[in-house]
Amino acid sequence: MSISIEKHKKTFVVTRFDPDKDEVPKTQTYEVPCQDDWKVLDALNFIKDEIDPTLSYRWSCRMEVCGSCGMSVNGEPKLTCKDPIKSYGDTIEVAPLANFPVVRDLVIEFDGFMEKFQSVKPWIIRAKEKAAEEGTYRQTPAELDEFKQFSMCINCMLCYAACPVVANEPEFLGPAAITLGHRYNSDSRDEGAAERNQVFRGEGTVFSCSYANECSEVCPKDVDPAAAVNQAKFNAVIDWATSLVLPRGSK
Amino acid sequence: MEVLRHDIIIVGGGAAGLRAAIAAVEADPGISVAMVSKVYPMRSHTVSAEGGAAAVARDDDSIEMHGYDTVKGSDFLGDQDVIQYFAEEAPKELTLLEHWGCPWSRNPDGTVATRAFGGMTTKRTWYATDKVGFHLLHSLFQHSMQFPQIVRYDENFVTKLLVEDGAVRGVAALDIREGVMRAIVGRSVILATGGAGRCFPFTTNGNIKTGDGMSLAYRAGVPLKDMEFLQYHPTGLPGTGILITEATRGEGGRLFNAKGERFLENSDYGVGSKLELGPRDMIARAIYQEIQAGNGIPGPYGKVVHLDLTHLGKELLESRLPFVLELCRTYVHVDPVTQPIPIRPVAHYMMGGVDTNIDGATDLPGLYAAGEVASVSLNGANRLGSNSLTECLVFGARAGRKAVEFAKGSSEGNQASLGAQAEEEAARIDAIRGKQKGGEKICQVRHEMAHAMEEGCGVYRDQESMKLGLADLLKAKGRYSDIALEDSSKIFNTEIIAYLELGNMLDVAEAMSLAALERKESRGAHACSDFPDRNDQDYLHHSLVHFEPGGPRVGKKAVTLGRWEPEARKY
Repeated sequence: MSISIEKHKKTFVVTRFDPDKDEVPKTQTYEVPCQDDWKVLDALNFIKDEIDPTLSYRWSCRMEVCGSCGMSVNGEPKLTCKDPIKSYGDTIEVAPLANFPVVRDLVIEFDGFMEKFQSVKPWIIRAKEKAAEEGTYRQTPAELDEFKQFSMCINCMLCYAACPVVANEPEFLGPAAITLGHRYNSDSRDEGAAERNQVFRGEGTVFSCSYANECSEVCPKDVDPAAAVNQAKFNAVIDWATSLVLPRGSK
Repeated sequence: MEVLRHDIIIVGGGAAGLRAAIAAVEADPGISVAMVSKVYPMRSHTVSAEGGAAAVARDDDSIEMHGYDTVKGSDFLGDQDVIQYFAEEAPKELTLLEHWGCPWSRNPDGTVATRAFGGMTTKRTWYATDKVGFHLLHSLFQHSMQFPQIVRYDENFVTKLLVEDGAVRGVAALDIREGVMRAIVGRSVILATGGAGRCFPFTTNGNIKTGDGMSLAYRAGVPLKDMEFLQYHPTGLPGTGILITEATRGEGGRLFNAKGERFLENSDYGVGSKLELGPRDMIARAIYQEIQAGNGIPGPYGKVVHLDLTHLGKELLESRLPFVLELCRTYVHVDPVTQPIPIRPVAHYMMGGVDTNIDGATDLPGLYAAGEVASVSLNGANRLGSNSLTECLVFGARAGRKAVEFAKGSSEGNQASLGAQAEEEAARIDAIRGKQKGGEKICQVRHEMAHAMEEGCGVYRDQESMKLGLADLLKAKGRYSDIALEDSSKIFNTEIIAYLELGNMLDVAEAMSLAALERKESRGAHACSDFPDRNDQDYLHHSLVHFEPGGPRVGKKAVTLGRWEPEARKY
């Protein structure tokens, strides 16, 4: 497929909200001459530059890796720098990601997500740390494959916007945070699984997941959080059962 | 005015800032570190680095070889004491990242794998497929989360360094979410804000790379060093400028022109038998010359050349270069498994920056800088690919440790007077927000600046183009204060941030243009068609641009030579 840079007019219906001025969110409509190869983010940048400099949203890398520009496009959570305009009709609705409080316009507040993220202890835990002088750990390609996919999360939070459990139970640890904890539990260099499994056995964590699989469907990086949650659930149970049989600390 | 107190303040949360924060806590667990960034750390531009990080790892390699490659790559403008230290520390830093969870790609026996990169004699670039910046950043950020001593101020934009009695004592920061200004005071400050690629119209850099730290230091009286050296990466995607990593060539990718010629073989572009594994400055010039000679391939965004990976096979591409596959499919609708990738040179990295010594210390007591914002003189006139991620770690760590030492030996500033300074700064910001009247738009002035930089500081320059570029840049700068600002809301006001960022870029752009005009020779990335040779007699020195009330002043600084005498740079 070759690239076309022809322009076609599209209508953008964008959610606006400024807590200083608005009681409830409203929408604003912009006519944008969209180039055929644009992503949704390019149209927002056109609006910001040429039509309305007061529109607020986050973006940076525009190459699907920094995770800043997640929004709801026609009701679906999307990474807007990756989302081609051509896949939509003449009218495109852009709103902030669902299931998060809104700071302003398309900007969500995710303090809660950052707390969940930190609560799974997303770092290598070792009984005894290795000194740099001792060199690297040996980790075979097969051992790397155990967690590699789960280390690909860019924290864009589309999975939280899609998750029916998060919608009903905002305290739910959620797909990305569970995936991250599971990523470290599955790393051959790590010895912290017991600590994280304790977190996972708490209320509102792995056992709250309802297997809707929405998280994996919207993930722009094919991380498959649903698979991670399932595995984490299984491991948390096994770990608990083992702890009943064996004295603490033996493995 | 709220005044928040810490020992060390780090501005920026990318690889250099995070490594500095961790090093500071390692050096003194009793210390309190403020990490102030205009974005959440995982959004930092380190995330976009792709190909790898260099450090000696193999038996056929040595610290000396890494040192020499870097000196030669720098066209002898790198400081050799800095380069020696860098090469020595590099393996340790990448090993620490391994201990902290970075998913480095592995050899079958479980040791860390390395790949070839431009200008490197042997395979010394560690990689985690082709998402190395992403993995390195996330590993550092996640590792840092276990230290309660590191207090983050996410989405806080630093507008001014607070200086008292000739030393830096803190920063004034605008909380983007709340719209309020605060003073964050401490005993030392480390700048780790990255580069300024957004000064250019066609760049690999994300929207946040606006030279903020360079402008902060410059306006506080610290000179910017070697600003004329702007690296064009040979392979950017047309239209967006998205980076296609040098690892494509490290893994065997080849460049072809419209005639189907592997042009690096046919003409003398200085790369010798290295061909596609030549250094970036030479490959970028070769592509530029091929296109100028009419050998470019036409496309919707102008002429390109082809980067061909099809002979490498699907399996290798999927295992080593999955991100390249993703990016090409998403942004140019090309599948590199079966089709060549259209590419052209793109503004990528600044060798120049805030002038520091080997400790990351500037001439302003208490102020440190590390990573792309700094010019510690590792890279000289041309950086070798995969040295910069390692640079962030090696010199981020050193700056962190040195900032702790400095903090221990210095007294706290006067909080009342620092608060008053921040108060004054807050009044300045308030007067701009949504209130400034004028006939100009942010995007117009930004486009003019970027056009001027492309005109004056391109792959090739000459006195005439540089003078024209500078004149156009100064016109754009003159219109800056005439920009109308419409957004009066305090809450997440991205218009005022874009305005302040543009001001920073104009400072940086002017320094680049002035330094470029002064250097009447060709060295590394600074290629003058009217002065095609390197001139060691007159120009084997660093350039400095000083901010002065009456206008910028260009000066110079000696290069630290050592065991490697300058010689003709041939590959």
